[in-house]
Amino acid sequence: MASLWKDFVRGLWDENPTFRLMIGLCPTLAVTTSAINGMSMGLATAFVLVCSSALISLLKNLIPDKVRIPAYIIVIATFVTIVDLYMNAFLPNLHQVLGLFIPLIVVNCIVLGRAEAFASKNTVIASAFDGLGMGLGFTWALTLIGSVREILGAGSIFGYRLLPEGATTLGIMSLPPGGFITLGILIAVMNMIAARQKAS
Amino acid sequence: MMNLFVILLSALLVNNFVLVRFLGICPFMGVSKQVDSAIGMGLATTFVMVVASAATWLIQWFLLEPFGLPFLQNMAFILVIASMVQLVEMFLHKTSPGLYRAMGIFLPLITTNCAILGLAIMTVQGNYTFIETVVFALGGGLGFTLALILLAGIREDLQFADIPKPLQGAGIAFIIAGLLSLAFSGFAGLV
Repeated sequence: MASLWKDFVRGLWDENPTFRLMIGLCPTLAVTTSAINGMSMGLATAFVLVCSSALISLLKNLIPDKVRIPAYIIVIATFVTIVDLYMNAFLPNLHQVLGLFIPLIVVNCIVLGRAEAFASKNTVIASAFDGLGMGLGFTWALTLIGSVREILGAGSIFGYRLLPEGATTLGIMSLPPGGFITLGILIAVMNMIAARQKAS
Repeated sequence: MMNLFVILLSALLVNNFVLVRFLGICPFMGVSKQVDSAIGMGLATTFVMVVASAATWLIQWFLLEPFGLPFLQNMAFILVIASMVQLVEMFLHKTSPGLYRAMGIFLPLITTNCAILGLAIMTVQGNYTFIETVVFALGGGLGFTLALILLAGIREDLQFADIPKPLQGAGIAFIIAGLLSLAFSGFAGLV
């Protein structure tokens, strides 16, 4: 039980994919124009991560070592297609906003990275927990970036207005340059927190 | 002819793959420490983009559409891209071992460069003809190379700058990428 908990929390902070490992950066920057978009993208990725990690772990003894990467990619692509078609049918507005980046979960390095580094060596349950931790770590990072950009760029959070109507906002934060700058500054803040943790 | 030129210019500058569309950020941050490896990586990626997008175009319109299988798009495209990358890897290994070693782990990782899969999907969504697809891929690849070289050049000089500790490495690189992106938004009215 204790080791499952450890597999789960590792993705939340120590090996957070966005702030510590810095992988899976394309959706991180592209869809975080608002908090809700970031969160939806994070949850979609988390679903793919949990399912593909569990299935790959289940199949790890059947897949020959030489063709493992293509085999993993096919498993991942299957779950991504499920998410893509489901969102298109039931959440068409969200599907429109996230657009290209839903099919691109296939090439998100987090998913393939966990398959190769963890699921191919561990039990099904442990792999599912590891996937869930990584997925939620990715989700909170995206939600945080989305919130910062939404507050500064539009003066609201999750669609609720914080600033009065007509207040001056930094429109640039909702545009591509704002994504890069927000992530750069947040990474510096996370580095500071980590350094302080280590010192104490 | 004019139409093709507009597609090329738009993919290269106005909708730059890295700085405006956010595709291919991982290699953009990973291989941009030296100008030399940035050029090699950019050109290899451009080559894979052109070849892979031509192949995926043929697969989409001669295989998936006639047989009613567009839902297999993701899977078919990623397999084609993976095999193209393998091909480039074998080719480089034979013809230029020095470059092959310099690119190291980043060569097989071209497979998971989302710019390539993204490009293949975009050309299908945009209903591009075969020639338009190839020109779009060339523009996108060269745009990726341009952004990579720009950032690598700045990062080489940054080694001598006095940067606050938490910002060192990725932090400052992202802020510079943001400023580059801001500069590229000046191309917005070009086409």
